[in-house]
This record gives sequence, C-alpha cells and structure tokens, in this order.
Amino acid sequence: MAMAALRRDGRRIAAPLITPHPINPLRSSLASSDREHTLLGVRSISTQVVRNRMKSVRNIQKITKAMKMVAASKLRAIQTKAENSCGLWQPFTALLGDTPSVDVKKNVIVTISSDKGLCGGINSTSVKISRGLHKLNAGPEKECKYVILGEKAKAQLVRDSKKDIELAFTELQKNPLNYTQVAVLADDILKNVEYDALRIVFNKFQSVVAFVPTTSTVLSPEVVEREAEAGGKLGELDSYEIEGGETKSEVLQNLTEFQFSCVMFNAMLENACSEQGARMSAMDSSSRNAGDMLDRLTLTYNRTRQASITTELIEIISGASALEG
Amino acid sequence: MLRQAPRFLLRRASAAAMRWSRPFSTDLPAETAGDSKFVDAWKKLIPNIDPPKTPSAYMAPRPPTPSTIPSKLTVNLVLPYDSVLSAKEVDMVIVPAATGQMGVLPGHVATITELKPGILSVHEGNDITKYFLSGGFAFVHANSIADIIAIEATPVDRIDQNLVQKGLAEFQQKLNSASTDVEKAEAQIGIDVYSALNAALTG
Repeated sequence: MAMAALRRDGRRIAAPLITPHPINPLRSSLASSDREHTLLGVRSISTQVVRNRMKSVRNIQKITKAMKMVAASKLRAIQTKAENSCGLWQPFTALLGDTPSVDVKKNVIVTISSDKGLCGGINSTSVKISRGLHKLNAGPEKECKYVILGEKAKAQLVRDSKKDIELAFTELQKNPLNYTQVAVLADDILKNVEYDALRIVFNKFQSVVAFVPTTSTVLSPEVVEREAEAGGKLGELDSYEIEGGETKSEVLQNLTEFQFSCVMFNAMLENACSEQGARMSAMDSSSRNAGDMLDRLTLTYNRTRQASITTELIEIISGASALEG
Repeated sequence: MLRQAPRFLLRRASAAAMRWSRPFSTDLPAETAGDSKFVDAWKKLIPNIDPPKTPSAYMAPRPPTPSTIPSKLTVNLVLPYDSVLSAKEVDMVIVPAATGQMGVLPGHVATITELKPGILSVHEGNDITKYFLSGGFAFVHANSIADIIAIEATPVDRIDQNLVQKGLAEFQQKLNSASTDVEKAEAQIGIDVYSALNAALTG
C-alpha cells in the first residue's frame, strides 16, 4: 500500500513541472534536486506540494479567524442599537394590529438583505420567503412587486423576477445606520411605488446562532380605513379620536408613513445584526474546517517524508549488500 | 454497580424533570385569528418552507380595557435609538399636540394625535420631568396606556440658550433668502423648531 501511495505521488508531481514557471533562484536547492530526480524518473518523493498546500490552508485559516473577530466587534456595536430600537414598532402593532393575511390588490414586498457575502444562509432565506409571499399574493387582478435593499437579494431575484422589481437600493451600510438615512429611504420608496400593503421581509436577531425570518405588514391609509370599517383587528380604530391635522385621512397618512419608517429602521438594524452573527458562525466553522484540513495534510506530509527516507535507506542498504555479496 | 444505581437513577430523574419543565405547545398562548389564517394559507401553498413570524409573536399582548378607571397612567416614550420611558406609571402627562398642549389623565378617551415640536411634561406625585420632543405621534389607548413616539427627546436642562438664538436667526435668514418652495418649507420647519425651543427655555 505504501508503494502504491508513492507511485501515486510520483505521477502527481510530474504534471505541474510540465508548465513553465519562473524559477526563484533563492529557493532552496532541495526543491531543485527533487525536481531533477523526478525528471529522471527516480522515485524520490517531493514534499513541496504538500507543504505549499499547507501554507495556503494556514493562510485561509488566519483570514477566516480575523473575519470572525471583525464580525464579532461589529455585532457588538450594532446589537445595542437594535435592542434600543425594539420599542419603536411595538406601539404601532398595539394600535393597528398585525395583519399579514390582508387581501389587497397592490402588494409590495420589501426584501432586506446584505451587500457582502460569506454570511451563511440568511440572504437565501429572505429571498425564499419573499418568493413565497409573492406566490401567496399572486392572483387575477392582484399584482405583487419587489423593492430590494442589498446586493445579494438583487442578484438572486433578478434571475427569475426581473420584471417585478420596482426599485433596488445598494450600499446602505457604508455609514452606520441611523434614523435619518432610513427616513429618507422610506420617503423614496413611498413616493415612487404605488402600494396598498407593504410587506417587509427581514431576519430577526434572536441570538448569535438563531435568526428568525420575519415579515411585517404596513398598510396604506385607504386600506386602514377599509379594514377599520370592516371590523376585525382594526375595528377599534374608529373608537379613537383623531387630533391634529385637518382631516382624519391626512393624519392617517402621516401615521402610516411614520409607521413604515419606524418599522424599516428596526428591520434594517435587526437584519444587520443577523448578518454579522451569521458571518461569525460561518467564519468560525470555516476556520475549524481549515484546522481539520491542516491536521490531515500534516499527517500526509509526515508519511511522505518518512516514505522518502525509507526509500533512500533501502537503496543504500541494498547497494551496500550488493557490494558485499 | 448497585451502589452507583441510586446516583444514576437520580441523574436520570432530574434530567427527565428538566425536560418536562418546558411548556407543552398547547400551554402556550394561541396565535391570533389573523396569524393562523396567514399560517394556514402559507402552509397550503408552500409546504416545504416554514412560514415567517410576524411582529405580534414578539410582543406581549396589551391588557384589555378595565371596567373602572385605573389610578395611574402607563407611559411609554420611545425614540429610534432608545426607550426613554417604558411602562412607567405616572399621574399625568402633557403632550405637545399639533392643536396645542394636551393633558392626558388615566381614563382618557382613546386618541391618536400628531405632535409638534414642544415640551412633554411627565407628572408623578410632586415630580415633573420635562423633555423637549422633536415631533412624532402619541397614542392613548382605552386601557390607560399612552404610547409616545418621537424622533428626539432631550431633557430641557440640556438645551443651550445661545445655540438656540443662533439657530433661530440662521433659519430666519434662510427663509428670507429662500427661492423655491422646498427651501421655504425647510426654513419654516427650522424656524418652528427653534421658536419652540426658545419658548421651552423661557416658558
């Protein structure tokens, strides 16, 4: 079995030597002697290949460990912000209820995703849920459009739903997230998109290893009035007195726009936390995997090295015994 | 081996007890009607993926309207970056509604009001805490819970008089030199906020 391994290694190192590459004069003479021996067909095993592979795996392990540290520090910073903002959407849900099953003609699905990759499966989950919502709300006379925040969801949704994408925003996390930026973004969306119901899809941050896909629904003022008259969850809305502003519909419009910007702010912060958490665990498992590979390669390296020593010893001894005998 | 048995049994029993102390799924509160409709529709069309959760799953349900007027008002003051007051029991709050200062006592009728920049004062016993709000909304529910959502809220003693005067003068100048409607509106907003700040400091 050892001889078969040696033969296999010999054939493998022949291939890269055929391609010309610049010879570094400073490289150790050991490497060049290995190459010469192999060219002559002698079974002297080169440990250079395994050593190169080990070096590259070690570098990858260092990079992924560093990325995990960076993600951990970014997560700490943004997690406090997200926790502080969690009280922002609760009054709206307490007042207007939670109506994901509302039946409207114009649905707009706002998908929040990240710009950078290497963050596990959260972007794919968001896209799957968005597609599911699209399917749920499709039908005759009903239309369903996408507004995409983040590069990753855009790349996935452009493949099969290109005509349904209304707006796409990228590079949202260049500056740390703050409410003013989100308010401007929300204003942009509300101005350019006709909607009866906005469904925001994001990943809620439960813990560093758990992210729950969530959808929040924001209704347009006309639909709010319609649902209030129809009764059900919003039926109590009529019992509230409206003050400020001239008409009820004006106040309701301000209310829904304010609700959208608050819910968006919280959703973007939660999604950013989930992204950093997912990146931490992805980089952690990648470093661990690289460590395992390094262990296996070290074993192969030692075996190869010992085999070449054994081969040399055999040659010397057989040569000596041939001279004697 | 028989000596180890009681220890082994004890460990098994405690593990079993720990397992059963988690609530059964039937003991947890049932989802509201709208949610189950959504979940059912989702499961029918898309059986392979779990349905997404909705905000009501993350919120404790609000208490129902009591039959007698409670003695205290529960106030939540939330900002995008902080919850200043959460579930604080007070006697009265005065909110700067767009139609003027509005006092809210326990048992107030359910109201939705827009807020303009002004002072929010929270009265509890003999303490009065004043915050300057930048604007937002206030909801008063029938169960004597008041939610106030603003963008900024600073305690009044943190506001600098000189900066307020400077800002007011600056925006008045901008209004005079404004040409488009948008610029005029922005300058007007600035003047409104700064005059309210001025009034807050002097009043």
